Amino acid sequence: MNLAGIPGVNMSQESLVEIRDLNFTYDSRPVLTGINMTIPRGKVVAVMGISGCGKTTTLRLIGGQLKPTSGEVRVGGQVVHELDSDGLYALRRRMGMLFQFGALFTDMSVFDNIAFQMREHTDLPETMIRDLVLMKLHAVGLRGAHDLMPAELSGGMARRVALARAIALDPMLIMYDEPFAGLDPISLSIVGELIRKLTDALGASSIVVTHDVQESLKIVDYVYFVSEGKIVAEGTADEMKHSTVPYVHQFIWGEADGPVPFQYPARPYGEELMERAARRG
Amino acid sequence: MDNGLTRALQGLGRQVNSRIWRLGFASRFFLAIMLHSGTSLRRIHLTIREIYFTGVLSLIIIMVSGLFVGMVLGLQGYDTLARYGSTEALGVLVALSLVRELGPVVSALLFASRAGSAITAEIGMMKATEQLSAMEMMAVDPIARVVAPRFWGGVIAMPLLAALFSAMGVFGGYLIGVQLIGVDEGSFWAQMQASVDFRQDILNGVIKSFVFGIIVSWVAVFEGYDAVPTAEGVSGATTRTVVTSSLAILAADFILTAFMFTGT
Repeated sequence: MNLAGIPGVNMSQESLVEIRDLNFTYDSRPVLTGINMTIPRGKVVAVMGISGCGKTTTLRLIGGQLKPTSGEVRVGGQVVHELDSDGLYALRRRMGMLFQFGALFTDMSVFDNIAFQMREHTDLPETMIRDLVLMKLHAVGLRGAHDLMPAELSGGMARRVALARAIALDPMLIMYDEPFAGLDPISLSIVGELIRKLTDALGASSIVVTHDVQESLKIVDYVYFVSEGKIVAEGTADEMKHSTVPYVHQFIWGEADGPVPFQYPARPYGEELMERAARRG
Repeated sequence: MDNGLTRALQGLGRQVNSRIWRLGFASRFFLAIMLHSGTSLRRIHLTIREIYFTGVLSLIIIMVSGLFVGMVLGLQGYDTLARYGSTEALGVLVALSLVRELGPVVSALLFASRAGSAITAEIGMMKATEQLSAMEMMAVDPIARVVAPRFWGGVIAMPLLAALFSAMGVFGGYLIGVQLIGVDEGSFWAQMQASVDFRQDILNGVIKSFVFGIIVSWVAVFEGYDAVPTAEGVSGATTRTVVTSSLAILAADFILTAFMFTGT
């Protein structure tokens, strides 16, 4: 299966993000190995895998916060790691990112958080900024909360404000780092629905890094499964649900043991006990 | 034994090596702040906000400490001068001690504990909660938007606080010396006026406090930006700000004093 199989996507359609033969090593430890991904315009693509498998690193490489050891990431046709800082900042103005716990600026109100980028990057008059901010907040259902400070928001509300901030400048690419982590079921489904609706309304592309299977499979067009820094499976949500790849099966059905072992690698327990007994005499 | 000695030497080498690396990072960081200062100073409201947080909110501790230090100087100075029958020189002793040394040094130490630690904790927490990363992803440079205004806020606030500390100290010395003990008021002020030189004493004191302002602000923003993004990391960085900047203030004070006042 490849992206040509997604309804509404054909291979002639220009893809927004292309990752080719990407390798990333940190402290001589390989984090990502031979990653190839394509994110088409207007689609929601999920990158799934257990914690620490390299999902967030992939987002940071796309955003240019890290440089690949080899290979390349192209966004809108530009090789990200070859851009100078002005070029990188120009590219980032067309991206939005939702961080795992929102990363709202705690010294600013909800309103100022969303107005932040507009004030930094545009010369719009304050009256227009006000209209735009309230429009973004209305889209996430929190127009009435514009005067609150981040400390006064619940986890779900903070995530929605962060989402409104991520779309403040109508980006072409929105990246979500664990958008469902730590949310109650109602907030979970609100955030999931918003990701889908906002992507469609803005005509943007979305990359959702997550390990929440149920919620993300409802909204995504395509899924990449990453394990130990490599893509082990990819396909549409339906294909993944019926996948026979052992890793995918264990992940989707939440099995305690399988290719991802329950035990952290260690010597056999029996051997260790015997050795301890022998030492005691 | 040999192994133990080798390990100890290796450990020492590693420590020295990592300190030198850190000093290099801090120097590059200082250069980055200088490069981005134009942008942040053009948006002066950001710096004014930091002057409020680091300067205005430190006023109470600086003024109260200055008053008490001046009062103690009044008591101790009178006791010492009385032995030589020159108690009318109390005003000179209090003023010179304050404007040359105690004003810049003690206010810088207080500033490091009160404002320096707050700057480190704030920037460290912003890093731990990914606010700095979020800013970068919004194409806003955190060094220009967060670090440079805090640095310049500290550098501008420090000499002003030192001046207020000295002024409160002189007032404290006056309260004790003149109002409580009964030193002649005319001699107290006249001798002070005659003996305190603007360039040699006051200006050098201002230069000292300006240098201390750079040291405290630089250490504070660097430690915050370089903090390990965990609760423990931020707490360690805050402690390092107070310890490093206090030691650096005392060392710099010795060097500056050696250049400014030797042979006068």
